[in-house]
Amino acid sequence: MKGRPENLSPEVEARPVILEIEGLTHYFDSLRAVHDFSVTIKEGELVGLIGPNGAGKTTVFNLITGVYRPTAGSIRYEGAQLGGLPSHEIIQMGIARTFQNIRLFANLTVLDNVLIAYHPHAGYGLADSIFRSRRYREREKAMIERSQEFLEIFGLADRQNDIAGSLPYGLQRRLEIARALATHPRLLLLDEPAAGMNPQEIDQLMELIHFIRDRFQLTIFLVEHRMRLVMNICEWITVMDFGEIIARGKPEEVRGNPQVIEAYLGRQAIH
Amino acid sequence: MRQLLRNTNFTFILGAGLVFIVVQALISVGILNAYWQGVIFWGAAITMVSLGLNLIYGFNGQFSLGQYGFYAIGAYASADITYRWARNDPSALVVVIFGSLLALLLMVGGSVFLRRFYGVATLTKFLFNFIAAVLGFFLAVRFVNPAIGQSVFRALNGLPTGISQQIVFFLALVGGTTLAGIVSYLFGIPVLELGSDYFGIATLGFTIIVKVLLDNTDTILPFPEMKGARGMVGIPKWTTWPWVFFSFMAVALVLRNLLHSSAGRAILSVREDERAAELVGIDTASQKILAFVIGSLFAGLAGGIRAHDLAFLHPTTFGFLPSFNPLIIVVFGGLGSMTGTIITGFFWIFLLEGLLRLYLPEGFETWRFVVYPLVLLLMMLLRPRGLMGRYEIAFLRRPLPPPRVKEAPPVPKAIPEAGEVTV
Repeated sequence: MKGRPENLSPEVEARPVILEIEGLTHYFDSLRAVHDFSVTIKEGELVGLIGPNGAGKTTVFNLITGVYRPTAGSIRYEGAQLGGLPSHEIIQMGIARTFQNIRLFANLTVLDNVLIAYHPHAGYGLADSIFRSRRYREREKAMIERSQEFLEIFGLADRQNDIAGSLPYGLQRRLEIARALATHPRLLLLDEPAAGMNPQEIDQLMELIHFIRDRFQLTIFLVEHRMRLVMNICEWITVMDFGEIIARGKPEEVRGNPQVIEAYLGRQAIH
Repeated sequence: MRQLLRNTNFTFILGAGLVFIVVQALISVGILNAYWQGVIFWGAAITMVSLGLNLIYGFNGQFSLGQYGFYAIGAYASADITYRWARNDPSALVVVIFGSLLALLLMVGGSVFLRRFYGVATLTKFLFNFIAAVLGFFLAVRFVNPAIGQSVFRALNGLPTGISQQIVFFLALVGGTTLAGIVSYLFGIPVLELGSDYFGIATLGFTIIVKVLLDNTDTILPFPEMKGARGMVGIPKWTTWPWVFFSFMAVALVLRNLLHSSAGRAILSVREDERAAELVGIDTASQKILAFVIGSLFAGLAGGIRAHDLAFLHPTTFGFLPSFNPLIIVVFGGLGSMTGTIITGFFWIFLLEGLLRLYLPEGFETWRFVVYPLVLLLMMLLRPRGLMGRYEIAFLRRPLPPPRVKEAPPVPKAIPEAGEVTV
């Protein structure tokens, strides 16, 4: 199948496709950021996207989530075409993402951050909130309870009324993942989740990623820079350089690929 | 009793009731003369405008200079309704009320129709709504008014004068407010797509357009009774303390309840990080329009209150320089603090238009626009977050839900042994 390594187990290959990207191309004016990018992800997989700085990894995420409109190519999520839809509609279809540089609502409380992600499921209207109807009170209570459950899962329950910007870095990362999961995704895009973390924190993060994948039955597509994380948890990897795919395969295959080493370390390294 | 006093809702109602009764008593006894009454009413009106701006700028993060345009629309529309009514002409009342109703119906119908399509361009959406609004008012002028105008007039005049006057005043306020809301919605659709700075400039342009149109109401617009740049005189002086008080309370409560709801949090999220809000599924464009329209509704209502207190409207009241007043009040009181806006709004009028006008020598008038910016500059240097920062009194503060008591479900092991997982 296009956009996948050949040698994956038949059990995985039998699963339904969740995300299918074909021939994705994007230009910033005349600068080619992504060229002919294809990837097909099946339900429940944990796929990595790696590449040196400026390879176009985050651009791919921005194209999937509707931040940019692709110049050419198609992005299909569960069969539906995403190209051209506004971001919030794409998110409401079941895709969630985090950001490379954490983007929390820094002046709001931890609980508010999660509650905001619940807004599309609030289930009450403007009139309910202005007149404080019974519906408002019930739904608000239910929303707060569900958000608090999320915070408990992520070990943030005792910080719920703290200002999000005041949390330590590691907890901010966790909160960002909690907020993304509160949108009820089936596909989670993690953009450099390990950025700025020390090896020990990365170990914790890997455990967290496994945990949320099992608990919420997620498919995860992650962009990463740190080999330690990618090599350990991804089932297969796509490698990008200068906007194009240069390799694809299981972690151990990719690690030995001369093109990948060249992209990361420069031509000198293999001579 | 002590328990009751600790209940913020109860203390608030108690406090507000006391303020209402005391002021009403002072007015009845005659201690608050017409001058000071005017200062209080003006303070309330400008505070309502500023609360609207705080919603748009302080809570939603969209820098706007358009509040005075909507204030003017509310003032002139409601004044026209009562002015004509007082001269036995119900046409303005019928046209504004039924026109707004028809326009809203058509706009809702248009939106429902457009919702069936994906990726509707902003311009298409704007044109649909614009045509719907124009059509609504056209139908009201052309068909509804000739058909039912006289019967509405007779029906209302059948009531005792006092009651029919109050009803007409109420409808005039509603009409002016709705009109301001409709205009802000039409203006907001295309313009809120722009980035914040450009949005500020566009809203400034809007205020100037409104001012220019008001200067020419009798020449290029068909409203000779507004008398263009000469100023509209003869508006009935119907604003009383109860009207001011209850309008003000309505504005404050609507704003508070909105901000304490899910939509309120969505509005705040747009201010915090628009991109991030969009990417947790918030329709940021409609949140911006929501805040903008509600803020403009407040301004429209304030305009109606102010017009019927002053009994005289002049386009310069809504000009370029005065349109900065709400901005100064909001920044001074603290962006994102209702308490700050309310205190500063009343204090601003009380001090600058009340006390200083009485006690300072003639020349102060000229010096005002030297003093204001200096005061603001000092404020920015000494206390950039504004007088109140984001502080709110207990009644207005967003409640912090208590932590859950239930035991936590399984949590992933917090810190694995170092070196447990290796590359």
